[in-house]
Amino acid sequence: MSTPEPRVLRYVEALREATDLAMAADPSVFLFGLDVDDHLGIQGSTKGLQQKYGPDRVFTTPLSEDAMTGLAIGAAMAGLRPIHVHIRMDFLLLCMNQLVNIAAKARYMWGGQVSVPLVVRSMIGKSWGQGAQHSQGLHALFMHVPGLKVVAPANAHDAKGCLLAAIADDNPVIFMEHRLLYPTETPVPEGAYAVPPGRARLCTRGDDVTIVGVSNMVQEAVRAAALLAEAGIAAEVVDPVWLRPLDVDTIVESASRTGRLLVVDNGWTTCGASAEIVAAVVERTSETAGIRIRRLGFADTTCPTSPWLEADFYPTPRRIAEAAATLVHPERPPRLPEATRSASIQFRGPF
Amino acid sequence: MASTLEERLYRSMKRIRRFEEVTAEIYPSDRIKSPIHLAIGQEQAAVAVCDLLEEGDWVGGSYRSHAMYLAKGGSMAEIMAEMYGKATGCCGGKGGSMHVISTAAGVIGSSAVVASQIPVAAGYALAARQAGRGRVVAVFLGDGATEEGCFYETLNFAALRRLPLLFVVENNGLAIHEPLAKRRAVPDGICRVAEALGVPSTRIADGGLHAIRDAAEAAVSALRAGTGPQLIEALVHRRRQHVGPDEDYDQGYRSRAEAEPWIESDPLPRLAARLAAEPRRRIDAEIEAEIAAAVRFAEDSPPPAPEGLFADVYA
Repeated sequence: MSTPEPRVLRYVEALREATDLAMAADPSVFLFGLDVDDHLGIQGSTKGLQQKYGPDRVFTTPLSEDAMTGLAIGAAMAGLRPIHVHIRMDFLLLCMNQLVNIAAKARYMWGGQVSVPLVVRSMIGKSWGQGAQHSQGLHALFMHVPGLKVVAPANAHDAKGCLLAAIADDNPVIFMEHRLLYPTETPVPEGAYAVPPGRARLCTRGDDVTIVGVSNMVQEAVRAAALLAEAGIAAEVVDPVWLRPLDVDTIVESASRTGRLLVVDNGWTTCGASAEIVAAVVERTSETAGIRIRRLGFADTTCPTSPWLEADFYPTPRRIAEAAATLVHPERPPRLPEATRSASIQFRGPF
Repeated sequence: MASTLEERLYRSMKRIRRFEEVTAEIYPSDRIKSPIHLAIGQEQAAVAVCDLLEEGDWVGGSYRSHAMYLAKGGSMAEIMAEMYGKATGCCGGKGGSMHVISTAAGVIGSSAVVASQIPVAAGYALAARQAGRGRVVAVFLGDGATEEGCFYETLNFAALRRLPLLFVVENNGLAIHEPLAKRRAVPDGICRVAEALGVPSTRIADGGLHAIRDAAEAAVSALRAGTGPQLIEALVHRRRQHVGPDEDYDQGYRSRAEAEPWIESDPLPRLAARLAAEPRRRIDAEIEAEIAAAVRFAEDSPPPAPEGLFADVYA
């Protein structure tokens, strides 16, 4: 008997399936946010759920991000499990007071008497003119704050498992999605499973250089690894998956073995996730380990809309590969193949 | 023994007044390890509203929440121990005077960022409505909070979703030291704003305890009937500093003359005058004994263990 082919789902379908499973299993889970119940359903990730679970459990909101975040926090403290959806991560800046001053601190400042089982979903945009206020990866702001958890699943399998883990978590979880990941596919098991905090994922294996990617940059790093492989360099691509708490051990193990660490963030480098990851690795390894380090991220400027300008704003597979190759051969980096062939490469497991 | 309404209101208001007076007396000794925002002179809204609430109902408030906490049934010993920073405090020494909570008494944790408690209380009201057991939520806020965006956002959403939420605006006319007239083009327009957003509103201009209670009685029964949110604006007077134990009429931003009519109409001596000497003496004695016991409890309680620093960052 042959093993049946594993079922393949897109990232966006995986998000929807996780939400559906959680809502079916637990009547305290509810889903809300501007446009979750319209005909598009947040690119499809919430589609049909209001029809299935009714307008008390799936509903849109006024454009009141501040109060709606407080509402979610209060409902969570009162025993419900809200999923609050934002079509762009930039809008989370309107939620900052409630997320940082209340959600993150509620359990602590109120002496352990309450918990805030809240999931805040938001999506990062990129290209087609998203520009200054529809493209930001603001995860570092949230990673800074004790009491919050931050997760950035980079493939469909993890989108489902992380969302189920986030919904089950009794803490506020900032769930960061990327628009360009929505159509990507992986095998996705049926039924419920969790990808909980605590374990980074090794996407490719290699002993020459460690590349840590965040969110969509995991996929770009996997593409870079393919370019590097053609030049004879074996890159180990690490996806932290959860950014807070961060599985530093896996990154330290890999970087100690390869002796080279490149962190590629889907955000700015200054005071960013890449700074935190590098600092955590340096603090846990001896000076004699001699790990060579580089970081890549958004260009240190505001994201422009024009594609001619935007082309240099993001790390690309080729730039990632060049940076990695220079870490491996600082004196004479090898010639890399053209990047066009790597564009269709996606990480598809194994998980 | 069942107590009359007058006895109940007197006991509640006197208990809060004396608790805060004793707190202010202790404060200069530095045994209290928390900034204090006293409600002396403006206890009546909490007393009146909480008198109508039941055990399963919730209240939420700001950094000036001693009155709400005590009126709703929070433990006096635990709030005193909290201000002392002790392990037995209502937050285990991690919240202080500004972040009081009692899950047992239905006190949602109070918040020190102005207005931030308003949408959180609406979240409790959403949960109450989904549970469908007729529970209601009262959220206490000052006039300053009505200038924050989330006040408007929450009024609108509460009206839209018919949440069982009572907004109680304790309008003492001051945001720290700034009077309402320096902050609002229409200083008496708070109720009209709420009405425009679909929230029926009542303004009590003289701070009368019974008038507030009558308005609250109508509002709470409407909430229980499921007709949506209500707002009560009660004009009141803060006698002490924004933060700290003292009166500050000598500081130049307001005069004692402004206070005179409020002190004259203070509900507490009026309530006292309506009670016979015997129940009043008994109630007073019980209150003094409770306060003395609370102070003893706070002083005798151990400080939190150092390892508690990292407890409860996450659930």
